[in-house]
Amino acid sequence: MNAVDELASGERRPLARLLTRIESGDPELRALLPELFAAGRGGHVVGITGPPGSGKSTLVNALTGEWRRRGRRVGILAVDPSSPYTRGAILGDRIRMMEHAADRDVFMRSMASRGELGGLAATTWIAAAALDAAGYDPVVIETVGAGQSEVEIARLAETTVVVEVPEMGDEVQAIKAGLLEVADIIAVNKGDRPGADRAARQLRAMLSTAGGRIERAPPPVLVTTATTDEGVATLADAIDAHRTAARSPIEARERAASQVRRALADLAARRATAAPAWDETLRAVADRELDPLTAAERLLDGW
Amino acid sequence: MTDTPIRVLIAKPGLDGHDRGAKVLARGLRDEGFEVIYTGLRQTPEMIADAAEQEDVDVVGLSILSGAHMALLPRTVQLLRERGMDDVLVAAGGIIPDADIAKLKDAGVAEIFGPGTSIGHIASYFREHARREA
Repeated sequence: MNAVDELASGERRPLARLLTRIESGDPELRALLPELFAAGRGGHVVGITGPPGSGKSTLVNALTGEWRRRGRRVGILAVDPSSPYTRGAILGDRIRMMEHAADRDVFMRSMASRGELGGLAATTWIAAAALDAAGYDPVVIETVGAGQSEVEIARLAETTVVVEVPEMGDEVQAIKAGLLEVADIIAVNKGDRPGADRAARQLRAMLSTAGGRIERAPPPVLVTTATTDEGVATLADAIDAHRTAARSPIEARERAASQVRRALADLAARRATAAPAWDETLRAVADRELDPLTAAERLLDGW
Repeated sequence: MTDTPIRVLIAKPGLDGHDRGAKVLARGLRDEGFEVIYTGLRQTPEMIADAAEQEDVDVVGLSILSGAHMALLPRTVQLLRERGMDDVLVAAGGIIPDADIAKLKDAGVAEIFGPGTSIGHIASYFREHARREA
């Protein structure tokens, strides 16, 4: 029985061990990847992102409670940044999710980004496939949205929920490119604070006229209070409702395109850095004898 | 693969609300290159063992100041072993009388770090004794 077959048992330990091997880049897993992908059971991959302190973990905790009441088995990957200097990390998302620690039908794993730009680890998509193969549905990926990371999570997740807070700023903040553009659903969390409904109204108004990806309907804007479960059932409904739209051929193709592009970039970078000409090419670029684009072309053509 | 960071779960079993030490250690270990999963206050041995199992950590560090260590620490070790985590290193820190240390070590706690222990010392100990495998 190999590591993928073991997932079908629903036991935690084989999944936990497999995730460790995935994270550490165990080369033996490469051969298992097609099988792991094929063993997927169609779990809904849900991304939860938003600025630090917006209450993402608390909201995931509340959503998990709601999904459990609905009889779902919930898998969670919580990704936090690694230090680029020491490679160390503090993974603190469990603090707000410990009430589900002993529930056999909730599996949560903290992942450090291990040096990847974009907030997700390079292996996050494989870890999500493992949770799917183990029968978790939804598979939730939680990550801080600051910079490029929200775009990364939107590539991976079928449904992306952006968590905001009432004090997020004025209308101009809301129309800046980035975070809100990737949202399939927006949750204005901490809804018990003053101004939550007003912030939600402003967001709806901006998003209805903001243009951008005009082929899409503007994302629903919901008000939640994760600490009291207010609005959480409605959010769970909206996530479920989006699942169908996310699996339309057009959306699925768009996601596939970004995923393959990302894999291609990773693969190209890995092969190029292993190429014999790598060191000499770097020296030439450093000495300004060669521009970076021409250097990259030569490395690619050299294979 | 031996250069992947060591994963450490830092937990506070029991009811004391003093987590300054645990937080200082968590940050110190981060700066030493560890991946630290911090679970927060007031954890039962069951919650800690379940979290350690899902996180597949190499080390479990238990911080306890309440005096309930003789009840909570051996129980946590036992639950970890029941979950098949035979090779996870369990260490404790906090206020633990010398008289209890031998008993805790017999129960499977590998090392006890009292007040004044430097983070560098703890980090070296973890690097030396944590399970490292493929």
